[in-house]
Amino acid sequence: MEYVLIIISAIFVNNIVLSQFLGICPFLGVSKKVGTAVGMSAAVTFVMALATCVTYLLQYYVLVPLGIEFLQTVSFILVIAGLVQMVEIILKKISPSLYQALGIFLPLITTNCAVLGVALMVVQKQFGFGGEAAHFFNLGQSVVFATASAIGFGLAITLFSGIREQLELSDVPKPFRGVPIALITAGIMAMAFMGFSGIV
Amino acid sequence: MSKLKIIANGIIKDNPTFALVLGMCPTLGTTTSAINGFGMGVATMFVLIMSNIVISAVARFIPNKVRIPSYIVIISTFVTIVQLLMQAYLPSLYETLGLFIPLIVVNCIVLGRAEAFANKNTVGDSACDGLGIGLGFTLSLTVIGLVREILGSGSAFGLKFISGDGVLAFVLAPGAFIVLGYLMVLFNKFVAKKE
Repeated sequence: MEYVLIIISAIFVNNIVLSQFLGICPFLGVSKKVGTAVGMSAAVTFVMALATCVTYLLQYYVLVPLGIEFLQTVSFILVIAGLVQMVEIILKKISPSLYQALGIFLPLITTNCAVLGVALMVVQKQFGFGGEAAHFFNLGQSVVFATASAIGFGLAITLFSGIREQLELSDVPKPFRGVPIALITAGIMAMAFMGFSGIV
Repeated sequence: MSKLKIIANGIIKDNPTFALVLGMCPTLGTTTSAINGFGMGVATMFVLIMSNIVISAVARFIPNKVRIPSYIVIISTFVTIVQLLMQAYLPSLYETLGLFIPLIVVNCIVLGRAEAFANKNTVGDSACDGLGIGLGFTLSLTVIGLVREILGSGSAFGLKFISGDGVLAFVLAPGAFIVLGYLMVLFNKFVAKKE
């Protein structure tokens, strides 16, 4: 039951893009076409689940026992950067077709703040669902949370790219063209997502 | 290029928020009030100036292939310094800004300036570039925060001057996107007129 609540909360209620403001750069940058948006969200889901798993273990089995939690930011970003490189190399070797599909998005993910953001969130914040006391996530919950957050990212960016494809064809006043109209559209989407608040 | 010109460039022509459209996550996430926006801007400015100085000083010793990871290590060192200082001296601001302080590491502005400016200019020029871009970022964040605070809760810098509640949506997530969108429209209009 708790896993279901985590998933619903991460995808709809606390959508990572539209209510937490993480991963805005790819949200605005690679949302011009539905196809690329889907590819990007697949790559993000894969990396985010893996990165959260690794940084969770790093936090509780290396940083905490050694008492060097202040190195959190430095070590997490290096691990994520290394991980993305490794995934790229492995994917190239074992599944060239998947590499073809996801390859161009992988280097971009290192600087996607959603990945580092979620990795930090699960070790810094306490969560409480369904009336139980707030607590830190265990490994399983962390990975579920990360995957669900990434699906929330995918949902937002895919819906948004659909709207932007339509926007391309419409007559937008000159100063609004490009990023401004995209931001205003995102604002209206965020308002729609606010309708989910309070269901978990 | 004179030092003053470099600083001015960062504020208007290369304004990180409105002209370059970089670092959108903290821009949207922390500007719930003018003070919060200002605090985030200053924290980013510190990291930007220090990392620009260090990177411009050591850039010629770093092999080209490992430059990005090296830059990230330098940047995250200063981010950790800011994080610990804020935790010690400004705990309430640290609480509100929360996750966005460690996330300065992945702010594209900082790495972007390291790549585009600091690694091929002198230490002095790089410091000025960091200051200019940092001021531009702080200014944009404060303005966005101020607009959201006035519309959303009828106050400015924490001083309430309109009685009653404002339009709550402007303090919440949708307001961030909409206010930034419209401010960008005004900026486009203003810059287009000047050219």
